[in-house]
Formats: sequence, C-alpha cells, structure tokens
Amino acid sequence: MTTALNTLFITLEGARLNKDGERVVVMVQDERKAEVPLRHLRSVVCLARAWMTPELLESFVEAGIHVSFFGMTGRFLARVEGIPGGNVLLRRAQFRAADDGARTLAIARAVVVGKLGNARQFLMHARRDAVEERKPVLEEAVRRLSGHLRALERVEELEQVRGLEGIAARDYFEAFPALLKGEARRFTFDGRNRRPPRDPLNALLSFGYALLAQDCAGALAGVGLDPAVGFLHEDRPGRLSLALDLMEELRAPVVDRLVFSLVNRGQLKPEDFKTEAAGGVLLRDEARKAFLVAYQSAKQVEVQHVFLGQQTSWGLVPHLQALLLARVLRGELDGYPPFSVR
Amino acid sequence: MRKVTVVVCYDVQVTDAEGPRRLRRIARACKDHGVRVQYSVFECVLEPKDWVVLRARLLSEMAVSSDSLRFYFLSEDVARKTEHHGARVPLDVEGPLIV
Repeated sequence: MTTALNTLFITLEGARLNKDGERVVVMVQDERKAEVPLRHLRSVVCLARAWMTPELLESFVEAGIHVSFFGMTGRFLARVEGIPGGNVLLRRAQFRAADDGARTLAIARAVVVGKLGNARQFLMHARRDAVEERKPVLEEAVRRLSGHLRALERVEELEQVRGLEGIAARDYFEAFPALLKGEARRFTFDGRNRRPPRDPLNALLSFGYALLAQDCAGALAGVGLDPAVGFLHEDRPGRLSLALDLMEELRAPVVDRLVFSLVNRGQLKPEDFKTEAAGGVLLRDEARKAFLVAYQSAKQVEVQHVFLGQQTSWGLVPHLQALLLARVLRGELDGYPPFSVR
Repeated sequence: MRKVTVVVCYDVQVTDAEGPRRLRRIARACKDHGVRVQYSVFECVLEPKDWVVLRARLLSEMAVSSDSLRFYFLSEDVARKTEHHGARVPLDVEGPLIV
C-alpha cells in the first residue's frame, strides 16, 4: 500500500503550478512558493483559484495523482483523474451489490451503525470532561443514539435506515452546544445548516466534511471502487455517494472531534470568520490554514483498528475501510465492519 | 513499504568545462527525489526502489576523478534528529504540504 503519500494543498489565490523535472513548482506572481517531487504526492487539493500547465496535468494523470478543486467555502467543484484504475471485476461486483436490495440494505445499515456508534462514543467521551450542569444534555443524546442503534437492528427497508439516520443526526447535533467550553461558548450552534453554512461552527463542519469526503473518495478510487456508486446514499449525478457512505463512520471521530478541540482550546475564535452578503459564513485565510494544518496533523495520530487488530494512523483509516469494503463486495467478507472507536 | 531516509551531499568541481553541466544535472536529480536543505545538501525520504534509481542516476552523472558524493543513511525520520537555524527553512515533504 502506498497510502502514506502526501496531499498538496493550494490555498494561495492565483497560484500557478507548473512542472520542472519530476517536480511540481508552485509560483505566486514571480515567487517560487514550493517545489515538491511528484513521487511524494497522492493528490493535489486546490482550495484557492489556481491554474496548472497541461504538461503538469499530464504528469499528474500518468503518476495517478488526482487533483480536486474546491470553492471558497470548501464546496467541492471538480476532480481530475485519469482512466479509473483498479479492477473492472471489483467495480462490476460493486454495481451488482448496489442493484441488490438486500445487500444494499446490509451495507447501508452497517454504515449507519458505525456512524451512530462513533457519534455516541464521541459524546460519552465529552460527557466525562463536561461540567456537571451539561452532563444531562449529553446523557440524553447518548440515550437516544443507543435507542436508534437498537431500532436499526430491526429495520427491513432502506428507507427506514435513511429515516433513522436523519432523526439520529438531529438528536446528535442537538447536543453540540453542550460541547462548547469556557470562551468557546461565544460560538453558537442552532442545528446543522449548509450550502452555505450560516454560522462559524457550521462553516468548520462543512469544510472538514468536504476534506474528509475527498480523502474517502481517494481511498475508494485507490482500491479500485467507484466513489460515485453508494449504498446509503443513492446515485445522483456529480455526487460521490460511496465516499459519503464511507465518511459516515468517520464524521464524529475525525471532523467533529477536531472542530471542538480547536474551538475549545481557543485556536479558532469567532473573529476568525467572516459573513458574506448572502449570509454564508467563511473562514478567514489564516484560520483556514490553521484548520488544514490541524486536519493534516490529526491524520498522523495513531489509533487502534479493532477489527483488523492492528495499530494504524487516522490518515490510513479510510484506506483500510475501503479495502474491507472491497472484500465485502467481492464476497470474501460477510458483512461490512465499520471503523469503530473504542 | 519502509522508506529510507538519505542525506545526499555533493561536491562538484565547476572549474573544468563540463563542471557546471554536471552540477546542474546532479542538482536536478536530487530535486526530483528530495528536498534541498542547503545548496548542495538534499534530504530524500524514499522507497528503496526509488533510492536505487536516484543513486544510479547520481553515480552516472558525477566525474569520479574530480567530484565527490556522500550519502548519509538515517535510521529514522530526519525531522526529529535535525535542527535548522537561520534562513530558508526547507519544506517537510512528510508533513502537511500547504502553500
């Protein structure tokens, strides 16, 4: 597995990327900002308007490096990738499973079980450090999530899984204000909103989820699965449904945990955001950079993979889960084991 | 695949006619594989197969009678065993790459 390869993030407006030898050179005006050997890269993520030469794009495609473009709010715009690699037999198996109601239900259910289990774990962990007056709110959310998890065992229709997921998400987000500590209480949270996010915490969540979705899409493409054909998420043009499926179990432990640790430690403050005329809230440039650094560093942190029984890092989790999913689709594994946080 | 960490240092005699060309080509080979930390010092974190390629390329470019190459193999991650003082802090290709 060549999964330890790095991602190059472009955050400077008007950056020009060109090729020099076997390297990517990032220029802003006439200044050489960075030079990275192609062999160290797995993907390039453009968060600012950047352009690149056809020669470089050709090398990216040949080296299997995918390039993705995001809008200012972190909204995914486009992805450039060569001929999908991997195994056509695996992709066919994926499509067959997606057309099979029983198999779709099983995978969708597993994904939601993973999501709710990890969300519950995140809240239980937060409850331990919470001040006394906030514990009841968190306990109530944990209790509700446990109820939804039990209900999931009995569902027989995909629509029921989707319905439970929606209700559980609302119950989970309702507990969010109780997670803010000290100075961070200046942030407010009145439910999840997006497109565009209308408050700083929602802006952080949207940005984090967009990054995580790309990591998941890259991991799936890396094992030869089609990131667009999902189970819990139905097909929709332009949507990476399988990446969204894979991301569910990682939202709480990767993004939500990072967001709350940054705001509770005062590394991000309400002043780090700006509101656009249309009401959308954006991170200011410095804060966006701070978030990216924290997001990338969090991927280096070690974690135990309970199902595989091995020590790994958070950055590798999407890749390992993609491999497990491929084994399920090939019929080598009975059910999909979502990543579970202890 | 376990990566190898190699510090590549070179000394190229530029007084002979072919000297500047060799210097340029050796630097280019290093730049394709690693990070320039000083004018003629590169840190390369590579898979063994890539190191074999770089090493062969460097040896074929140098003039044995006038130039020298030194390769230092570090047992573990360079970052933790290195201090940098002063200008031109090099890029850490293993860390977050944000520009």
